[in-house]
Amino acid sequence: MTVARDLNVKRWFDLAWGGFLWGIMILFVVNVALMIAAVATSSFARRWLGTWLPEGWTTRWYTAAWKEFQLDSILFVTAEVVLAVVFLSLLIGVPAAYTLARRNFPGKRALLLLFLLPLMVPPMSYGIPLATVLYKVQLAGTIYGVILANLIPAAPFVILVMTPFIEQIDPNLESAARVFGAGTLRMFWYVLVPLLGPGILAASLLVLVRTIAMFELTFLTSGADSQTLVVALYYAVFAAGVRAPQSVDAMAMVYMGVTLAWLLIALKFVNPTQLVSRVKESPQPA
Amino acid sequence: MTAATHGNTRDALNDAKRINAASQRAARVGLDPALWLVVPAAAFMLLLFIYPFLYGLALSFAPKEGDWLANYTHFFTTDNLWPTIATTLKLAIPATLINVGVALPIAFKMRTKTRYQRWLTTILVIPITLGTVLIAEGMLIYLGPKGWLSQFLQYFHLYDAPIRLTHNYWGVLLSLIVSGFPFAFLLILSYITGIDPVLARAASTLGADSRAQFRHIYLPLLAPGLAMCFCLSFVQAFSVFPSAVLLGSPAGPTRVISIAAYEAAFEVYDYSLASAIAMIMGFVQLIIVAGVLGLRGVFYRGPVTGGKG
Repeated sequence: MTVARDLNVKRWFDLAWGGFLWGIMILFVVNVALMIAAVATSSFARRWLGTWLPEGWTTRWYTAAWKEFQLDSILFVTAEVVLAVVFLSLLIGVPAAYTLARRNFPGKRALLLLFLLPLMVPPMSYGIPLATVLYKVQLAGTIYGVILANLIPAAPFVILVMTPFIEQIDPNLESAARVFGAGTLRMFWYVLVPLLGPGILAASLLVLVRTIAMFELTFLTSGADSQTLVVALYYAVFAAGVRAPQSVDAMAMVYMGVTLAWLLIALKFVNPTQLVSRVKESPQPA
Repeated sequence: MTAATHGNTRDALNDAKRINAASQRAARVGLDPALWLVVPAAAFMLLLFIYPFLYGLALSFAPKEGDWLANYTHFFTTDNLWPTIATTLKLAIPATLINVGVALPIAFKMRTKTRYQRWLTTILVIPITLGTVLIAEGMLIYLGPKGWLSQFLQYFHLYDAPIRLTHNYWGVLLSLIVSGFPFAFLLILSYITGIDPVLARAASTLGADSRAQFRHIYLPLLAPGLAMCFCLSFVQAFSVFPSAVLLGSPAGPTRVISIAAYEAAFEVYDYSLASAIAMIMGFVQLIIVAGVLGLRGVFYRGPVTGGKG
């Protein structure tokens, strides 16, 4: 009798707890969705003052934002920065990941620490000394400075993402290539790079999405003509009184469109959790 | 004179010995060409991460005027500088506790691979990729005095006074939750799914319900991951900048330490003071991170994925 009642109470408690968690989850997701919807609504609004929906709809804020913020040149700079960061981080990150995955050597732990540190220290606290150094060598304010700064979190991230991909390649393939007389470079290019295709694709998409959204480092190192989209958006929101709020929102929508488009492409190839951590998909025993 | 020459010869001899020993060691470990592959990345990190950090550290001890500690004494005696540490901690600690505390039970509930898991992780990754600037702009509209939330609350007479969630402490805290909670959730989820479910199945064979499994199996195994997650979430919240400026009141209750550092560098152009603030910022983070990782040592240490078989 008491056992049955205890079980009942427990089931009831479990149900309530589950419902509570779902409630929090739904509350969070709905509010974030409404927040994004609010930006979207405002960017198409003719006039929107204290009502549920605006009085009329228009697309003219987009053309206004395009002209006011010179979005074409900002988008061009963003593309340049992102492509350069993806390419360079792969160029130095993949070979390093290979050595770290395959070889043991003295000082390996120190090297791993060196590559992990930039992911642990927030950009704001190493960005300021970095910007100071870049100003001294007159690279700050230029697009090269922005690219160099963005490479600091990107290159270690490539190493982190690539290491498990390299570990799962059979070392015998490399030995076979060496038996046939291929040097490290040839072996790398003809054996490893083709096999690593999926990993490289995943790493480059992850770096791409992260670089588009990377605010702090670009903000600290960019000048007037080397702003990326997210920094330009910050300045637009910062100086909100100067321009019509709707055109700032139109710009926010352009930023959101760019980011989400790439995110959707990325999610075709990577697991969402890979954006925040290294995921080793080990086969579970049946 | 002779002593100096002697010294030089001895140094040269020592150098030769050291080089010899190094090359012998290199031969022993097999210094193969593959090691060169790690050199560009390592050199890059040394040049652009370690060097600026050391440069900043040195610069912080070379103030514009005063003795070598002048920047630090200035920081701890100026009324709009030293309270920024407390202001930042007052935002970062609650935000981190909420994010990790709420993410843990939800991630535990979602630990099995279901359709929901895929959907939820996809939806939650969106606030992370959108970034803090866009979240701040969205919250300014949505939570503002004429935004949808305020209208909703007034329409249903849940709260009639105008809500104040922007340009103050609460706005910044909410923005830290919006961007930090998905991050903590995805991180904890990736740790939980890394734990071998066989262990939980064994426990359930012995009659453990899901709460007992959580307490006795998952929580001890998760402790290192949770400590890591807490540190990473805290570090993100501690360096809050864009939302503290856009969504808070950067002159008052949300004047966080990164704002102080930014102002010193780019408004006063005192790079020395800015570096000192950045170093203090790093130091406070280090204390918290070391404390959390030290706590972690109390729990179980060992493999979590389990052996084969």
